[in-house]
Amino acid sequence: MYVAVKGGERAIDNAHRLLAEERRGDLTIPELTLEQIDQQLALAVDRVMTEGSLHDRALAALAVKQARGDLVEAIFLLRAYRTTLPRLGVSLPIDTGAMVVQRRVSAIFKDVPGGQILGPTFDYTHRLLDFDLAVPAALRAAGTPGAASTPAAAGATNGGGPDDASLPRVMDLLDGEGLIESEPAPDPGHRVGDLTREPLTFPAGRDVRLQNLARGDEGFLLAMGYATQRGYGRNHPFAGEIRQGEVAVSLAPEELGFPIDIASITVTECQMVNQFKGSATAPAQFTRGYGLVFGGAERKAMAMALVDRALRARELGETPASPTQDEEFVLSHSDSVEAQGFVQHLKLPHYVDFQSELVLVRDLRAGHGSRSPKA
Amino acid sequence: MTVRYGFAYLDEQTKRMIRRALLKAVAVPGYQVPFGSREMPLSYGWGTGGVQVTASVIGPDDVLKVIDQGADDTTNAVSIRQFFARTTGVATTTRTAEATLIQTRHRIPETPLREGQIVVFQVPIPEPLRWLEPRETETRTMHALEEYGVMHVRLYEDITRHGRVAQTYEYPVIVDGRYLMRPSPIPKFDNPKLDRSPALMLFGAGREKRVYAVPPWTAVKSLDFDDHPFEIEHWDRPCDLCGARGAFLDELIVDDQGGRLFICSDTDYCAGRRAAAPPAAS
Repeated sequence: MYVAVKGGERAIDNAHRLLAEERRGDLTIPELTLEQIDQQLALAVDRVMTEGSLHDRALAALAVKQARGDLVEAIFLLRAYRTTLPRLGVSLPIDTGAMVVQRRVSAIFKDVPGGQILGPTFDYTHRLLDFDLAVPAALRAAGTPGAASTPAAAGATNGGGPDDASLPRVMDLLDGEGLIESEPAPDPGHRVGDLTREPLTFPAGRDVRLQNLARGDEGFLLAMGYATQRGYGRNHPFAGEIRQGEVAVSLAPEELGFPIDIASITVTECQMVNQFKGSATAPAQFTRGYGLVFGGAERKAMAMALVDRALRARELGETPASPTQDEEFVLSHSDSVEAQGFVQHLKLPHYVDFQSELVLVRDLRAGHGSRSPKA
Repeated sequence: MTVRYGFAYLDEQTKRMIRRALLKAVAVPGYQVPFGSREMPLSYGWGTGGVQVTASVIGPDDVLKVIDQGADDTTNAVSIRQFFARTTGVATTTRTAEATLIQTRHRIPETPLREGQIVVFQVPIPEPLRWLEPRETETRTMHALEEYGVMHVRLYEDITRHGRVAQTYEYPVIVDGRYLMRPSPIPKFDNPKLDRSPALMLFGAGREKRVYAVPPWTAVKSLDFDDHPFEIEHWDRPCDLCGARGAFLDELIVDDQGGRLFICSDTDYCAGRRAAAPPAAS
């Protein structure tokens, strides 16, 4: 019974048992391992790590398994774990210029130094269901060479494959000519904000905004970014560069005095080149929007860059006219963990407040005229 | 992968941060203090603010009561009580009189509170002006300037439209003659219990990252007009179980013929009355 007037405790226990049973499903089907999820549902793991703000493939895979594939629920699980972790230090900013690139495309130049590197992308696949995949490779005809495994020499359209030498960032090439606004120089004195430790306040700095967007729900950002393209806060975007690959994470412990690499992680970065601006005093320059995510969550990185740029409206002297340019609107509603909670809390009992409303509505109806309401 | 958590789940640094915010809240009654709300292992909307406040103030000697809709045995109250029983080992109770700490959603117990007790409210939307002004930047300025005219206008519009104020829960109050406060979504029936209460009232909004407080014996006035004084709900019948008059009653639909049962929403109050005396003849 929904309103467990008595026995709420037993109802909860039973619900949890039933959930565990449903999660496991048919016992004759082998149970998923975390390694399988990590390897074969890698993009689900990437999304959970990105929006869960925690880079740990094993824990993210566990969350996906526990959440029965519900990624918003998995993100919530990972966040609730993350919040208990001690902060041991703050890493140095990652250098995406030094990335070991797996994929790199620029939509604004036909060729760029280092070439365009397609990498593992869905982009040019024909979205035809591959019925061969329906049968595990091991069970498929063993005699078809190359059917199962060719760890793609992921074709570069120009030049060679992934290269050890780092590739210059396309934006830096534009910057060298002064055609795009320069990124503000890093200020070592500025402590980067962290909205998991301090509440979001407005106006939000770009550091906090980017953190909010990186944690934000992919679907929400996708819709907001899409809206900017359809005229709600249009900012004339070009995909200056999208790059995906491995970067080193470094820490400079005070007692050591020099940085040490503590990890290597895969990220996807999107740099948008946007609407130029200029004035009587400043020559015309393109502006930037930025997106960065863990793993291969490329769609999210692009949406994030669009929304980041839209939210720079005020900073760049544009008149905000759309919800996409309204930082209170966007940043307050981007978080899936917050949003899912408040939407779903409507399931909780509200019968006291509703009783108050009933009393009032009956009174108002009684006083409304000749029609007497039923008792 | 075994993980152990500290007393009351939160780490000591976080609890200290929240206690500091609470001290500020007590020092400025009714003022919403931003705090670094944490993600909790229960969902936003399920009482994460209240749980963080409780976790920050609870000690091993406390006796905890948790209610939702006035009842100790609603599923979410059970869940939160279990959470603290598991993470603190403190004694729990359903008796209002025995509790030192009461976490509540949507009600204040009928049994009068006493000095030394703390009531923790779970708050979904802390900002009383939110439905009139969606922007936080604006509402914070309005509070700073004590610019509450819009709320009076809103109540006045109700009177012109319905002949009375049509706000039934989260009825706005002025705390200590200064800050406009949303008393969580308790029914206005409970508003008078906030006024000069001997207990400390703490409000926690986890998703919105705010805490606020009404210290003991603080004046809490429900907004009204001289010719339309504040009124609470009345039922023209007693509780069908304990015969109480003047308690907040829940309505149960018992059949499909329009049959209704009216019973106390405060289950402890109702059970206590039934234990003390035979049910009133109906």
